[in-house]
Amino acid sequence: MAKTEQRSRLSRSRTRSAWLFLAPMLVMLLIVAAWPLGRTIWFSFTDASLDLMSEARWVGFRNYLEYVDFGDGEGQYYGLLADPRWWRSVWNTILFAAVSVSFETVFGLIIALVLNQQFRGRAFVRAAVLIPWAIPTIVSAKMWAWMLHDQFGIINDMFMALGMISEPIAWTASPETAMVAVMMVDIWKTTPFMALLILAGLQMVPGDIYEAAKLDGVPAWRVFRRLTLPLIMPAVLVAVVFRALDALRVFDIVYVLTPNTDATRTMSVYARENLFDFDQFAYGSAASTLLFVVIALITITFIMATRMDLEGKRS
Amino acid sequence: MKHFRNLMTGIATTTLLATGAIAEDLTIVHGSVGRDQEVLRGQLDRFEAETGHTVTIVSMPESTTDQFGQYRLWLSAQSSDIDVYRLDVIWAPQLASHFVDLKPHVADIVDDFVPAAIESQTVDGKLVALPMFLGAPALYYRADLLEKYDQEVPTTWQELTEAAQVVMDGERAEGNTDMWGFVFQGAAYEGLTCNAQEWINSSGGGRIVELDGSININNPQAAAAIDLAASWVGGIAPEGVLNYKEEDARGVFQSGNAVFMRNWNYAYALAAGEDSPVRDSFAVTTLPSGGEGMSSSATLGGWNLGVSRYSENQEAAIELARFLTNYENQKERAIVTSRPPTLNAVYEDAEVAEQQEFIPLWKPVVDNALPRPSAATLRKYNEVSAAFWTAVHNTMSGDGDAATNLSRLENELKRLRGPRW
Repeated sequence: MAKTEQRSRLSRSRTRSAWLFLAPMLVMLLIVAAWPLGRTIWFSFTDASLDLMSEARWVGFRNYLEYVDFGDGEGQYYGLLADPRWWRSVWNTILFAAVSVSFETVFGLIIALVLNQQFRGRAFVRAAVLIPWAIPTIVSAKMWAWMLHDQFGIINDMFMALGMISEPIAWTASPETAMVAVMMVDIWKTTPFMALLILAGLQMVPGDIYEAAKLDGVPAWRVFRRLTLPLIMPAVLVAVVFRALDALRVFDIVYVLTPNTDATRTMSVYARENLFDFDQFAYGSAASTLLFVVIALITITFIMATRMDLEGKRS
Repeated sequence: MKHFRNLMTGIATTTLLATGAIAEDLTIVHGSVGRDQEVLRGQLDRFEAETGHTVTIVSMPESTTDQFGQYRLWLSAQSSDIDVYRLDVIWAPQLASHFVDLKPHVADIVDDFVPAAIESQTVDGKLVALPMFLGAPALYYRADLLEKYDQEVPTTWQELTEAAQVVMDGERAEGNTDMWGFVFQGAAYEGLTCNAQEWINSSGGGRIVELDGSININNPQAAAAIDLAASWVGGIAPEGVLNYKEEDARGVFQSGNAVFMRNWNYAYALAAGEDSPVRDSFAVTTLPSGGEGMSSSATLGGWNLGVSRYSENQEAAIELARFLTNYENQKERAIVTSRPPTLNAVYEDAEVAEQQEFIPLWKPVVDNALPRPSAATLRKYNEVSAAFWTAVHNTMSGDGDAATNLSRLENELKRLRGPRW
């Protein structure tokens, strides 16, 4: 009896000090994350404009959806949920995220497997693959914009010299290739990040498993399928979630390479355009709020579908 | 020695107090193309020497759409970091409340300016910014190539299309495979609004939103003009033109790879520069029109100096705006960067006429330049412009024909307008 009481008192005091140590971080999060997010959500229900933020009035769901009756028996839906440009941006974003994260995962896995082998100069190669990731996105996007230029770009020049294309391709201008160009640049830039996270997972795999498999004569492909892949899966999934979160709010690459075109406009670009270029601060806030909701839904679905271990119970 | 130093300090202090001149640190922001930056720096150095103030330049990207987003943020945050903004001619109605009314500060010189320039910056009687230089685009053409293929200088868009095709085909047959017929600003940004407005207006298709606020875009003349432009893409114009801004177009023309180019006046000084391969072979004329009996349209462009209401050195900032628009500096800009001046007198300056032949000839073009519908649409101008350039850009990328896209645009503009602009 006395023992349990003692233990519970001990655990209570541990819980208390845990909260005490967490408190500064929670306060910080409240200030830098919860407060701005809450304000954005609030503005999305008002008629705020950037110049007159203090005079914002509550307008309900008008920025999201509103039925305007023309008075002659006809009417039309307005608002974000009825805006085809918004849904096009949502589709562009999801397409961008799905394609580029898939490629980045596969390429990252291949690079990580190579870098996990023992070879001379490994440290040098490990540092070298990180270069694209280390260049600021704005700089690398601008660099690619010049390389992809239809008249002076080096990419067209190289492809022409190799005889792969007969005339220069307008990579960033043509609606068919604009999204491909954006994805290409993102894959080039972010594959090293994936490789690094997966490499960390690979190094957790104990070497004696491989030795045992070798003694039993298991072929290399099966070792990878049955041993390596399941063991690094948790690390890969965490990496994918990180990248997907990042890719769903992509802004800088699109903004530098192909701003303002329907073919590549993403949710973030759409929100920024309304917030700052147009006099539509409230509407832009609504877009930002929906952007948050869409990302949250996709992430939660992904975590549930892959039964990701967030509580740390299985380890 | 010590006495001498004290004496000097005393004299310096007295002079400062007497003239009331205290050295301020000013900041000016602009988006530079061509040689804007070096000319501005040179003029600021003289300003610094004359007044003792120091001026820092903050340089922005060339796209005016990008500049606007950043300026709006700074101004809404009431930032005192920037004292003088270089503002596009279309921004005055949207940003008026953030700038000092310059009217009382320039009463002595305001009559020397081109009236249209002052008018474009006046909102409800308030002078938002002081016009620095004007812009009225020109058709740049390769005189040598037109002569070689026996083509006239085109006066209509149809003639331009035909001449461009003839020259381009001929040059390509001779092995010059990089040759294109026509380059312009086709990226989805404010520049496309200027280009497309010229095609439509010069074909009798109205001005998107008329001065009284009525919407005038869904008409056959406008649709025909946009369809013609769409036929250029991948024909006489490279497909990449859909992502070209001013400097991309100039890059193609100046390296000798285009017969025609639509561009602003700054490109003249650069295309005629020492290192330009086309310096002896190109000429400029007014933009073509839609056909017989129609007149050419040139969008009114230009940049203006506004003094931020949130500046802590307003007096010095106004002094700077006045300095940069004075006769000497406008003359230098006209000669070095071929920017049309905003002072009437500079157009009559003999030295300017000798160095940049086209400037005196451009006075009528500037006087009759076509303003964009920014005055009629007020705070909604950016959205109107974005809706317009999107409809045009979609048509040119093959996403729907002009008639359909313009009819959609009309509905979108009606919704945007609501009961009033």
